[in-house]
Amino acid sequence: MLEWIKQPWPWYVAGPLIGLTVPILLIIGNKSFGISSSMRHICAACLPANIPFFTYDWKKEMWNLFFVAGILLGGFIAIQLLANPATIQINPKLTKELAGYGITDYTGLLPSQLFNWPALLTVKGFLMIVVGGFLVGFGTRYAGGCTSGHSIMGISTLQWPSLVATCCFMAGGFIMANIILPFILSL
Amino acid sequence: MLTAADTDIEVRSLDTMGINESRLTHKWYHNIKYLLVGIAFGIVFVKAEIISWYRIQEMFRLQSFHMYGVIGSAIVIGAISVWIIKKFKIKSIDGEQIEFKKHPFNKGQIYGGLLFGLGWAITGACPGPLYAQIGTGATVVVVTLISAIAGTWVYGYFREKLPH
Repeated sequence: MLEWIKQPWPWYVAGPLIGLTVPILLIIGNKSFGISSSMRHICAACLPANIPFFTYDWKKEMWNLFFVAGILLGGFIAIQLLANPATIQINPKLTKELAGYGITDYTGLLPSQLFNWPALLTVKGFLMIVVGGFLVGFGTRYAGGCTSGHSIMGISTLQWPSLVATCCFMAGGFIMANIILPFILSL
Repeated sequence: MLTAADTDIEVRSLDTMGINESRLTHKWYHNIKYLLVGIAFGIVFVKAEIISWYRIQEMFRLQSFHMYGVIGSAIVIGAISVWIIKKFKIKSIDGEQIEFKKHPFNKGQIYGGLLFGLGWAITGACPGPLYAQIGTGATVVVVTLISAIAGTWVYGYFREKLPH
């Protein structure tokens, strides 16, 4: 049983479990599934600076901070107790492309050759870690949600603006991965 | 002159979250249940390799069905659940009526969506996986998360000047 759990879970197990988060949060506390808002609550709690967007009662949204703290803990538990001993299986086309940029270490869930502390001092690392993170935070808030709030919660409740947002997420991702990222990786 | 509460409602109306919230107030320890849901969620994230930078690259290169399957089936289950909740007028465990409000369209969903998409493909993470990646021991992702929080703050600062 444990051996089976340690294998990577297929999409038809993971997707429905993630989908079930929507009714679970609604039923246990009338909460709308959303993750990027947690970063807004952190801003509201730590540095509201009289900006109207951050001056609201963030304590009422405390549940969301507990939820993301749980995600962090879940990541810890999964890697400590349920880690897959084998290396990650990747499409050979991607392996070949990444090898061209010198990425050959597949031991972790993200390439340690790109995401590490010394890399922060390089142009490539700065772009990927700092600029990439900034785009995630700025973009999700500008869009009013991320994959969870728009793509899953929004589309589940049949809101067409969420479908528009999701199409834009994908468009941005395709542009970056296929056109801009090859340039960044070759730096 | 808008009161704080008015601004709050206006601010929230552009946000996908915080509208359908419970009006009840609880002691802090009621939040433990959300921590537990988060833990389960984080485990799924790691075990299905949703937090993997490689899976996101495969998705945006059309080299794997995995992420499409995950997001697609999550939407199907989410939509069926919401339909059941509406159809049978299911209440929350506190007895509150669960209601869904429409969120208006604004151009931010396009501009912001594209910007987030760019960031998603670089970092290989949307906001949820950032937290899970840190949990798995990828400590440098703390910097990505702080930068994302800074991005959120900068958006809040320039919000009035940005096209919506």
